[in-house]
Amino acid sequence: SMSPGDTSVLAGLYGPAEAKVSKELPDRAALEVLLRPKVGLPGVMERSREQLLRQTCEAVLLGVLHPRTAITLVLQVLSDAGSLLSCCLNAACMALLDAGLPLAALFCGVTCALQPDGTILLDPTARQEQEARAILTFAIASSERKVLMANTKGSCSVEEMQQCLAAAQRAADTIFQFYRDSVRRRYSK
Amino acid sequence: LSVCSRTVEPLEYYRRFLKENCRPDGRELGEFRTTTVNIGKCLCGIIIMGSITTADGSALVKLGNTTVICGVKAELAAPAADSASKGYIVPNVELPSLCAERFRSGPPGEEAQAASQFIADVIENSQMIVKEDLCIASGKLAWVLYCDIICLDYDGNLLDASVFALLAALKNVQLPSVTINEETGLSEVNLKQKNPLNIRKHPVATSFAVFDDTLLIVDPTAEEEDLATGTVTIVTDEEGRLCSVHKPGGSPLTGAKLQDCISRAITRHKEVKKLIDKVIKSITPK
Repeated sequence: SMSPGDTSVLAGLYGPAEAKVSKELPDRAALEVLLRPKVGLPGVMERSREQLLRQTCEAVLLGVLHPRTAITLVLQVLSDAGSLLSCCLNAACMALLDAGLPLAALFCGVTCALQPDGTILLDPTARQEQEARAILTFAIASSERKVLMANTKGSCSVEEMQQCLAAAQRAADTIFQFYRDSVRRRYSK
Repeated sequence: LSVCSRTVEPLEYYRRFLKENCRPDGRELGEFRTTTVNIGKCLCGIIIMGSITTADGSALVKLGNTTVICGVKAELAAPAADSASKGYIVPNVELPSLCAERFRSGPPGEEAQAASQFIADVIENSQMIVKEDLCIASGKLAWVLYCDIICLDYDGNLLDASVFALLAALKNVQLPSVTINEETGLSEVNLKQKNPLNIRKHPVATSFAVFDDTLLIVDPTAEEEDLATGTVTIVTDEEGRLCSVHKPGGSPLTGAKLQDCISRAITRHKEVKKLIDKVIKSITPK
């Protein structure tokens, strides 16, 4: 489970397990992501986020090592105080790490908020998100800090987007260090 | 003797073409398919097509073989309690089983729902229609625009065609003027006096498919989308501002490659805008 500030997401990963014949893929593992909101039933927004998360995970997961299996990732939102999508991304990556699945690279989620006066704020709170002109969420891969996933809300100019991307790439280093420390703590006992 | 079959080894077949910097349908890597637009009841291009007469605004867009039709219906409703001076725009993308084999009938699948969310985000981010414009009487009456985008033939690049169809249909919408009778408090709809919608921005989407982590091709067909390792969709408006950068996972891209996509999207925007303006001009004399 990940809790940056007050946003909290619990991730559970099941697999590689036997897949239903209708869902299995002959050459790779079939990844399914289920995102459950804190209140209410999953709607269209959750489906679109599930698609983002699924394709991001599929890009790093070496699914060809586990053909005809199913890997299910369930994310439950415990509390939402801003930067929810990047929290889900981080939770998903840590779950993949914890399960010991073969990965080509790690990824982390970073949210940037572009404030009305032009300053860039990383990991905004819910209030800062509402006041911001644009919110950009990136998933940055650990290999060469390339962009795995990008999602924007609100409009911004091209230069502003590039600045946010650069800021996100720098922030990724801190998050990857956090992954290292967590894993070290878990396995040093 | 190495015989490479399109059905047995599609990826190898495609790689051979990509090495020569072209695609099996004869296009260059950066070439778009021919776009045809049909708004309202006019005829554009060589094909004569009817349009939805029961909708308040409609448009049919063909990007190569991908055919998407958008119908806009306007209804009256009371605005929500917390936003009393805002109307509603409700987009819905449908991928019925007639458009491609892989879509089954039944509740909307993930792709249709994700596309609906994407269109809703584009409308919101680009502010192409400001919800305050749809309000007739604050707290009492507002317009609800139901935008139904239905794919009739799926050959890749659904998002581009949907955004284009939506934009064209909204430009075609004529809303009757509505006044509220002060004495009775009831609304009076004047069907004879119609006004077009105030569309502030014109967002245009450009999609790219990523092959083998390095090659970027524009306007992918369904076959190319299946073989691609990732997709990127960029939505720009006429001021060169980014309304949406939509990269749902897939192979990682460097910032420079992303910048390349954005520049191409801005060029594409200019071409599409010219096409829309040409079509609008051909129907306004009526």
